[in-house]
Amino acid sequence: MFSSILQTLPQVLIDGLALGAIYAVVALGYTMVYGILELINFAHGEIFMTGAFVETAVLFIFQGAGWLTDMPAWLSYVLIILIAMLVTGALGVGIERVAYRPLRKAPKLILLISAFGVSFVLQDVIRFIAELKTGNYIISTPQLFDQRYQLPLSSISSWFTDASVKANTLFIFAIAIVLMIGLDIFVNRTKWGGAMRAVAQDRETASLMSINVNKVIVLTFFIGSALGGSTGVLFAQQYGTIDPYIGFILGLKAFTAAVLGGIGNIRGAMFGGIVLGVLEMFASSNLGILTGGNFGAEYKDVFAFMILIIVLIFKPEGIFGKAIKEKV
Amino acid sequence: MGKIQTMLQANKLAQGLLLAAFILVTAGAVYLIDRSVTAFLLMLASLLLLYYTSFSNGMKWSIAVFLLVIVIPFATSGGTSRESYMEVATQCGIYVAMALGLNIVVGFAGLLDMGFIAFFAVGAYTYGIFATGQANNFISGELFPLSGGSFWIFILIGGFIAGIFGILLGLPVLRVKGDYLAIVTLGFGEIIRIIFNNLEKPVNITNGAMGLSSIQPPDLFGFQFTFPHQFYFIVIGILLIVIFAVRRLEHSRLGRSWKAVRENEIAAQSMGIPLIRTKLMAFAIGASFSGMMGVVFAAKQTFIDPTSFTLIESITILVMVVLGGMGSVPGVILGASLVTILNLQVLTEFTSWLNQLSQQGIFEVPNALSPSKMQRFIFGMILILVAVFRPHGLIAARNRKLPPEAVKDPSPPLSKPEVQPD
Repeated sequence: MFSSILQTLPQVLIDGLALGAIYAVVALGYTMVYGILELINFAHGEIFMTGAFVETAVLFIFQGAGWLTDMPAWLSYVLIILIAMLVTGALGVGIERVAYRPLRKAPKLILLISAFGVSFVLQDVIRFIAELKTGNYIISTPQLFDQRYQLPLSSISSWFTDASVKANTLFIFAIAIVLMIGLDIFVNRTKWGGAMRAVAQDRETASLMSINVNKVIVLTFFIGSALGGSTGVLFAQQYGTIDPYIGFILGLKAFTAAVLGGIGNIRGAMFGGIVLGVLEMFASSNLGILTGGNFGAEYKDVFAFMILIIVLIFKPEGIFGKAIKEKV
Repeated sequence: MGKIQTMLQANKLAQGLLLAAFILVTAGAVYLIDRSVTAFLLMLASLLLLYYTSFSNGMKWSIAVFLLVIVIPFATSGGTSRESYMEVATQCGIYVAMALGLNIVVGFAGLLDMGFIAFFAVGAYTYGIFATGQANNFISGELFPLSGGSFWIFILIGGFIAGIFGILLGLPVLRVKGDYLAIVTLGFGEIIRIIFNNLEKPVNITNGAMGLSSIQPPDLFGFQFTFPHQFYFIVIGILLIVIFAVRRLEHSRLGRSWKAVRENEIAAQSMGIPLIRTKLMAFAIGASFSGMMGVVFAAKQTFIDPTSFTLIESITILVMVVLGGMGSVPGVILGASLVTILNLQVLTEFTSWLNQLSQQGIFEVPNALSPSKMQRFIFGMILILVAVFRPHGLIAARNRKLPPEAVKDPSPPLSKPEVQPD
C-alpha cells in the first residue's frame, strides 16, 4: 500500500501544485474583499467561471480570425488572460455597484443573501449565452499548448514511476507566481496598496485621512475579480471542459483555502491554496487505496469540506491569521 | 378609493360579505371550469385576502381551516384536473412547512443556513430506507419493508433524526461567526448529497445514484393513501401543527432568545442567554420540520434519489423565506406558496404557451431561454431585488404591539424607526 502511494507521489505533487496554484489565486480574491469589506463575496466563484467562458469566447474569435496560427501560442495566451482580466474586473466592479454598495450599512445577512443572488444570476446568464451560441452549456475549449514533458523519475529511483508535466501546468505556475508577487508588491509597496490596507484596518479613519474609500473598494473588487478571471483562463486551458457550474464548488474550495491561510491575509491565502490543492489531489488518488476501495475519489470534495470544518473548529483564524477579539 | 378602504376597514360585515363572495365565485369557477389555473390561484388568494381582514384571530383560523379542509378539496373535485391541482396544493404545503422550519433558523435566529435541504433528505431517506427492502442489507432478519402503518410513527422519527443531524452540524459550526456559517452549511448540504449518492459500499445503505423505489405508501387502518388529494389532508394536518408550533415558539422564552441572539450576540449573552444552546435549538427544531416533510415527500413520491436534494432546492427554500419576509410567519407562508406556484404552475404554463407560439410560427423562442430553465436567474434576481429594495420582505415581521395607551404617550418613542439602507 505504502509503495503504491509513493510510486504515484511525484505525479500527485505536480497535479496538486497546479490545482493549488489555481485555488491560491482565486482565494486571493476572497481574502482581499473580505479584508476590506468583511464580506464573503460569494459571487467570486462565478467570476472565476465567467473568466473561463470569456477565455473560450475570445479563443473562438481568435480562431475565426485566423490569428491563432499567426501569433505564437504564449502571446495569444497572455492576450487572452489580459482580456479576461479586464472583463471580469469590470464585472466585479459592476456587481459591487449594483448589489453590494446599496447594502453597505445593512445587516450582514442581507448582504450575504444579495451575494448569493448575484452568483445564481451569473450562472444562469452565462448558461443562456453559452447555450444560445453553441447549443450546449458544457463547452470544451481548444488547447493552446498540448505538449507534455516526461520526467524519467524511475531512472532516479525505482520507488517512483515516471511523471508527466503538461506545458500548461508550467504556464500556470509562471502566471500564478507573477500574479501573486505582483499583488504582494502592489499591496505592500504602492500608495494605492497602502490606501487599501488603511481602509481594511479602519474605514472611517481612512476616510478622514483623505482616502477615497469608495475608489479603494472599487479597486479592490477590480483586482480581486481580475485575479479570479485570469484563473478561469488557466483552469479552462488545464482541464479542457467548462460549464457554468464549475465556479460553485471551486469557489467553495478556494474559500476553504483562504480560511486555511487566515482570511484577510494575502500570503496566507497563497499558502492555503497550495496546501489544499496538494491535499485534495493526494486524497483523490489515494483515498481508495487507503480505505481498501470502500471510499474512492468521489469523496474528495467531502475531504476538502472536512478540512474547512476542522480548521474552523480548531483554528478559526487560520494558520497565518491573528485572532481578533470582537468589540462590543 | 381611499374612502372605500376606510369604510371597509371599519365594517367587518362588509369584509365578510366581500370575502364570501370572492370565495364563492372562485370556488365555483374552479368547480365548473375545467383546467383553469387562474381560478385555482385566485381561490388560493382568498387565504391572503382573509389574512388582511380585521376579524379576530380565532375567527380567521376557523375560516382558514374551513377553506383548506372543505372548500378547496370540494371545489377541485369537479374537474378532470383534480389531481394536478391537489398536487400543487400538496407541494405548497410541504414547502410552506419547510420554509417555516428555515424561517426559525434564518429569520428568528439570524443564522444563514444554505444546506437546509440536507435535513429534508435525511427525513426522506429515513423513511425510504425502512419502508423498502433496503434495510435488509444491514439489519438481518428480513423484517423490511415495514408496512405503511409505520408511516405515522416515522413522521416523528424522521423529524427526530433530522433534528439530531441539525445538532451534529450545529455543534462544530456554531462556534464560528455568522458569515462562515453560510459557507459551511452549503458544504454540509453537498456532503450529505455526495454521501447519499455513494453510500452503496461498503454496505449498501442508500442504493447510491439509483435511488430507492417503491416506497410503501402510508396506510391508516387499512386505508391506503396514494393520490395527491389524499396526501393533501396529511400535509394540511402536519402543516397546521407546524404553524401552531411556530406561532407558539415565536413568542416563547426560546423565541425571544432567538431574536435577541439575532440582533446582537454579545448583548444577548450578557443578558444570560446561553448562546450555543439557543442556536442549537434553532437548528434542531428547524431541521426537524424539514425532516418530517421529508418523510411525507418520500411516501408521496414513492421514489427518492439524490437528485431531488441538490443545492437549487436549498436556494428555493431560502428564496421563499427571504421573499416572504425573514422572521414573519404569515410572510413566509405567502412566500413559500408564491414560489412553489411560480415553480410548478406559472413557469410550466408559460413555457408550454411559448412552445405553442413557436409551433404556430408566431415567434421563435430559443430553447436556452425557455422559462422553465430560468429558475436560477429568477431566484437570483428575487434575492438581489428583495435584499436591495425590500429587505423586510412582502409581509414584514412585526413584534407584538404595545397596548394603545403606551402608543398614545406624547413623549418620543424609545427607539427610532429602523434606518432604511440608502
